[in-house]
Amino acid sequence: MSTSSPTDVLEKSFAQRPSSSSPRLALESGSRVAVLGGGPAGSFFSYFLLESADRVGLDLHLDIYERRVFSTIGPAGCNMCGGIISESLVQTLATEGINLPTSVVERGIDSYVLHMDVGDVRIDTPLQEKRIASIHRGAGPKGMKERKWESFDAHLQQLALDKGARLIQARVEDISLPDGRPHLKTKDGQGESYDLLAVAVGVNTGTLKIFENLSIDYQSPRTTGTYISEFFLGEEVVEKHLGTSMHVFLLNIPRLEFAALIPKGDYVSLCLLGRDIDQPLVQAFINSPEVKRCLPPGWTLPQTFCHCSPKINLRCAPKPFADRIVFIGDSGASRLYKDGIGAAYRTAKAAANTAVFEGISSESFREHFLPVCKRIENDNRIGKLIFIVTREIQRRRFDRRGVLRMVSKEQRRKSGARHMSTVLWDTFTGSAPYRDIFLRTLHPGFLGVLLWEIVAGFWPFRKGNGMIE
Amino acid sequence: MDAGALGKTFKDGEVIVRQGDEGHCMFVIQSGKVEVLHDRDGKTVQLAIRGEGDFFGEMAIFEREKRMATVRAMGDVRVLTVDKKNLLRRVQEDPSLAFRVVETMSHRIRELSEKVTRQPTDD
Repeated sequence: MSTSSPTDVLEKSFAQRPSSSSPRLALESGSRVAVLGGGPAGSFFSYFLLESADRVGLDLHLDIYERRVFSTIGPAGCNMCGGIISESLVQTLATEGINLPTSVVERGIDSYVLHMDVGDVRIDTPLQEKRIASIHRGAGPKGMKERKWESFDAHLQQLALDKGARLIQARVEDISLPDGRPHLKTKDGQGESYDLLAVAVGVNTGTLKIFENLSIDYQSPRTTGTYISEFFLGEEVVEKHLGTSMHVFLLNIPRLEFAALIPKGDYVSLCLLGRDIDQPLVQAFINSPEVKRCLPPGWTLPQTFCHCSPKINLRCAPKPFADRIVFIGDSGASRLYKDGIGAAYRTAKAAANTAVFEGISSESFREHFLPVCKRIENDNRIGKLIFIVTREIQRRRFDRRGVLRMVSKEQRRKSGARHMSTVLWDTFTGSAPYRDIFLRTLHPGFLGVLLWEIVAGFWPFRKGNGMIE
Repeated sequence: MDAGALGKTFKDGEVIVRQGDEGHCMFVIQSGKVEVLHDRDGKTVQLAIRGEGDFFGEMAIFEREKRMATVRAMGDVRVLTVDKKNLLRRVQEDPSLAFRVVETMSHRIRELSEKVTRQPTDD
């Protein structure tokens, strides 16, 4: 007579399920999992892996390798990012039971202001609700005197630790695959073998080179440069000049593709996308009248300030998995220009669910994890098209005027379709897939009104009601 | 720290959803408490009190029925709206996202069953 408990049976059924490729690689109670990198992707993976394992009665051992301490002020505790949690991710995390406390969110964002040379317009979220979060990935920028908010990365890491993950604060120097199992060697010479390794080191590290040399067909994602800096203004000044809006700039400055000012606690983050961003380009942006309007009168670029030039993904890794190894977050697949933390959540959760419910072989990841990465990659292709159009609008004054007129009229109306507002909102906040945004631009109501507003823009422009020219 | 408060704030006694209204979203309480009230034959019965981290209005995500209860703020309460369309699109990609909602609904059915079975002995 069997004495197995229902969870034992469930556990065995997961571990022993037949597979087309043999032998089936699967996690069992007692399996050891390593997570390389303790940023959002690593923490989300740990959190969801342990949660799903608990649901099916698997008792796993999970180590997170992260040498940085995110509660450290300055670059040593920072993961270099614009620090925006998109509207859709805030809602999804709340549904998962992960609510972002006021000790982590430095400012709730309920609107954005589009700045162009032809005028500015504020676009409010339809519900008049703060559903975008601005955060600092570390404890705060270099030179910060008073720590008022917690690091977002530290908060997520703590959630993973509360689920039972163990944090190893050491630098991993070498990774090998003796007998097919990942073996991690830290700087102090300690070595550990694991049944599964999740790689969540981002793209701003040399660690990915180790995997390219491991004969597992891994190629790092293609990247481009970006520029992020943090300026201290003080909470009251931030509130007065930037409010609860994200400020987006479509300016015709050579080499500059996109720019945003994000209010955060005592600081404002400047994020620039473009080619070869250097000091003269930053200065040209700061000196533009559209930017000066957002900042206190007489404000100039300080002598020293916290800034970085992190890489961001342009293309996903072609094969972000192997037997017992899966690449998540930026190391695997990320969204083009926006919502990197949202992509970290999606890839981390897909990898965790695959590992618990389907197996840890290359085939399991190909069948159940890769489709999520492919969806992100395919959506990015449409995103590239949208950003090409955005660049064209940036270059043509009459197009910019048409966009401004259309959004301004939509925002003045109490009801009715807000085609351009929602397209811009989702493009700049990263709240919807690029495919959805693109399909909305094909709506006859969108194209017809835009065309009309571009033509009407040749006539004198009326000021007021949110439009400034 | 109010600058970082996500969602929308309701004052004590303010109605967040009303019985009989159409529902296109659910809510997650970020801080404070709400009471769930049901009106029948002119009488108002308090069905439950929900606190930080709890959902309410989740039936609207899965059904197209009208709201079956009124939810009112008990003191200052801050709630985050979760759009039906956004949630269902995410559930379509990742069905496990619905686990927590299903767990919550299952827990509430259990609570209700216990109340119903206790009813005759209470009388």
